[in-house]
Amino acid sequence: MNSQSDLDFEKRSLDAMCVNESHLEHQWYHNLKYLAAGSLVGIIFVKAEVVSWFRIQEMFRLQSFHMYGIIGSAVLTAMLSVWLIKKFNIKTIYGEKIEIHPKSFNKGQVIGGLIFGLGWAATGACPGPLFAQIGTGTVAALITLLSAVAGTWIYGYFREKLPH
Amino acid sequence: MDILKQPWAWYVAGPLIGLIVPALLILGNKAFGISSSLRHICASCIPANIPFFKYEWKKEIWNLFFVGGILLGGMIAVTFLANTNTQIIDPRLAAELASYGLHDYSQLVPAELINLQSVFTVKGSLLMIGGGLLVGFGTRYAGGCTSGHAIMGLSNLQWPSLIATICFMCGGFIMANFILPFILSL
Repeated sequence: MNSQSDLDFEKRSLDAMCVNESHLEHQWYHNLKYLAAGSLVGIIFVKAEVVSWFRIQEMFRLQSFHMYGIIGSAVLTAMLSVWLIKKFNIKTIYGEKIEIHPKSFNKGQVIGGLIFGLGWAATGACPGPLFAQIGTGTVAALITLLSAVAGTWIYGYFREKLPH
Repeated sequence: MDILKQPWAWYVAGPLIGLIVPALLILGNKAFGISSSLRHICASCIPANIPFFKYEWKKEIWNLFFVGGILLGGMIAVTFLANTNTQIIDPRLAAELASYGLHDYSQLVPAELINLQSVFTVKGSLLMIGGGLLVGFGTRYAGGCTSGHAIMGLSNLQWPSLIATICFMCGGFIMANFILPFILSL
């Protein structure tokens, strides 16, 4: 990696959890496997009603265990998987070493986290379910998604002035 | 097929979602995260010379394929695996919603409240536009959403992600129990 791409990596990793750690270059169609993985996520989200406004309301009113069960078991499964990947030094299908970007603390996780939580309960959807809702034909979710893109843009615009 | 057409239980869906984390890592060193796609959309469509959006978004294009897949998955699920019965709602929630005149559980969102026409009403615009702005602003400020922090971050034992997750839940409790009742009664 040269310094230019280092700088770009720095910029992409600013406040973004998902940073592409791969240093390989591929043809565009290699991305189709992520389309397939996303489709599975979309199907699970719809079938388990994770995309339901009503399930989110029940969660925040402590009226149902469903969402806690899903998030909890997802975290445990993922935690075990990450542990196994590290322990057995499992490589990617291209033979690359698997790297996971560590997360540093800033005030954004508290302030932004609270703001996101307010929006999550109001719209009944976090970003993933918004995409799935649109797929199911819930057209109104498109308005919510466009507003979320606008919200992200507004954050980018005021980023330097916000406490971090 | 009958089992596929029922709503799936948490102990089926949760572990499957959890397995997406190692799947993405093994497929190409990608960290599970969905809200970043919103940033890539800004960077690709409306960067407006803002430093936060001036990066090579094409290097993160996998993420846009991934969320495109989620949308496609939603289409596949309703077309081929649609749940046969309407959603079962907790009676306490049903009673609360009925007091605001909401009785329709046939869709994923309350159809009487969240639809294309209601964008022009106070309630509808607060929930869709206001809520959407909060989601987009908050998630980027926090550096991730439920997938990036609560699932990916916690699975990698990142304590900032634990703080973010706790704050997500606090915000949600405040909205659902104190602010939303006010909005719904407007």
